[in-house]
Amino acid sequence: MTAIEAAPTPRRGEVAEYDIRLIGLTKRFEDVVAVDGISLDVERGRFFALLGPSGCGKTTTLRMIGGFEEPTAGRIELGGVDVGGLPPYRRDVNTVFQSYALFPHLSIFENVAFGLRRRGVRGDELRRRVGEGLELVGLAGLERRKPRQLSGGQQQRIALARALVNRPRVLLLDEPLGALDLKLRKEMQLELKRIQHEVGITFVHVTHDQEEAMTMADRIVIMNEGRIEQVGTPSELYESPRTSFVAGFLGVSNLLPGTVVGDDRVRLADGTEVHVPREALAGRSGAVQIGVRPEKLRLGGGEVNTLAGVVSESAYIGVSTQYIVDTPAGAVTVYVQNDRRGAEGAAPGDRLTLGWSPDCTFVVDVQEDS
Amino acid sequence: MTATTATVELPRRPAAAARAWRLVRRHLLDVYALLALAYLFLPIGVVVAFSFNNPLGRFNFTWQGFTLRNWAHPLDYPGLGSAIQVSLEIAFLSSLVATVLGTMIALALVRYRFRGSGATNLLIFVPMTTPEIVMGASLLTLFLNWRIPQGFGTILIAHVMFNISYVVVTVRARLVGFDRHLEEAAMDLGANELVTFWRVTLPLIAPGILAAALLAFALSIDDFVITYFNAGTTTTFPLFVWGAARVAVPPQINVIGTAIFVIAIAAMLANVLLQSRRARRA
Repeated sequence: MTAIEAAPTPRRGEVAEYDIRLIGLTKRFEDVVAVDGISLDVERGRFFALLGPSGCGKTTTLRMIGGFEEPTAGRIELGGVDVGGLPPYRRDVNTVFQSYALFPHLSIFENVAFGLRRRGVRGDELRRRVGEGLELVGLAGLERRKPRQLSGGQQQRIALARALVNRPRVLLLDEPLGALDLKLRKEMQLELKRIQHEVGITFVHVTHDQEEAMTMADRIVIMNEGRIEQVGTPSELYESPRTSFVAGFLGVSNLLPGTVVGDDRVRLADGTEVHVPREALAGRSGAVQIGVRPEKLRLGGGEVNTLAGVVSESAYIGVSTQYIVDTPAGAVTVYVQNDRRGAEGAAPGDRLTLGWSPDCTFVVDVQEDS
Repeated sequence: MTATTATVELPRRPAAAARAWRLVRRHLLDVYALLALAYLFLPIGVVVAFSFNNPLGRFNFTWQGFTLRNWAHPLDYPGLGSAIQVSLEIAFLSSLVATVLGTMIALALVRYRFRGSGATNLLIFVPMTTPEIVMGASLLTLFLNWRIPQGFGTILIAHVMFNISYVVVTVRARLVGFDRHLEEAAMDLGANELVTFWRVTLPLIAPGILAAALLAFALSIDDFVITYFNAGTTTTFPLFVWGAARVAVPPQINVIGTAIFVIAIAAMLANVLLQSRRARRA
């Protein structure tokens, strides 16, 4: 099923190990700063996700890489070459558009063949490669249809095949799953991941769906207000978010304000001292916030860090039970895995102690606007 | 309205009257439609019928008898053939030039904001709204002042001028709903600006351009007022008919008129058939 060969390995003497390098990239529209001086290295063969709320600049960043928007400042390097000022047709990247943008007047075959024809591929070679592209996305045999005869999911796959047959250095995906229904979207997420493994091309995928990013990407770039908040693997971002925005955007976090009192201790608002990893504090002093994920908290003590509180709400949702516990340091959400019968022990009004390990604690700066 | 009230007041109306009323109500729209169509097509019917007339004198005004002679010799009248040729040449050239220029103007107006684009958007309607008689007279003044001899060239310039407006408006309507991502996708796949235009933009707006060209052709071939002012000694088909009418109305005029009508209807039918076949295949 290796329908499309892996991206060419670097030639001898070629030093670029990054497929994309963004250096101080900025885009200003009139007086709005859409992208604010971001720098990013994308290693070859990785599946990158640009994740952030709408208006965070992720699509603008993608469009600048594709050549559809001119940066106001900064550099874009593709494979070590500065592509500033080059039109889209001179860049070795291909894009899957959110609206798919299939050519309505051309057959599926001609749609997929469009890029190959521009490179002078003709005859048997053309037919073979278009056939391989359609096979890769599981749609062989639809060559003679027109785009409007296909379902949304099929059109999406054709758009993918049309881009991939050109074997670009990088494939850019602009929220390509946004128009699909939930079930199809889940299917396509796994499908995209499979295809990326198969072809080995670097993918840069823009999305506002954190679950989608975590499912597919091996590197996530979290963007907010035109800046990059944090770059890392899904587990790095989840376990050790560096900003309160990342902690809140990716999953649920309990953030408790406190003051640094030692090189591995923070005193919470109610006077309780908790231990945090030395490296999480990273030389901070003064006011900070400590964070714990809801599933890392235990009902009952027996841990290094403890906090007393009263259960104010509980909700049984099958796989786990969710509690909201009021503590003097603030309200805390707790998920208890229902891994045995009767695990959901506490009821609203119960007074109990929460415990958690210092390893599961992260520290972020106090949010400026809170 | 009054009828419904009457029904309420007289619930036991005789059955025959009720049936008659139902009949009228059911067919009122049909009758109205037939009358409206008759109003539209009667004059054309007369034109067609009199193309088969065998007039006694020079004026084809009263029905004398049926003949196919006029159709056998459609150009058998001095000057008629050359007038038709001039009309066809001007219609072809002016619609071609106006379509090319108008399409480019429409593209510029829809795609770009530039100094004067708002004014151009408004001014493009001026030739459509100015009375033809005013435009014809003004053009003549212009040509006289610039000492440009009237003739084929001035007719062509005048026709291109008023045709451009119609082309711009028609093509612009097609462009407004155009998905710009399609052009970006083409460029993303390696097509430069020119190839993108030929392979993606042009095929997608072609129906609009074709409609604009046909409209321009139709407007040009039967224009009289503006042509009359700027023709010099050149004679187009409408000018010929006008001139001939003072001394004679040969049935050949009806033959040519009928032929143009039939060709137009045939072209329309062909277009409808083509569209429906394409729709069925899709």
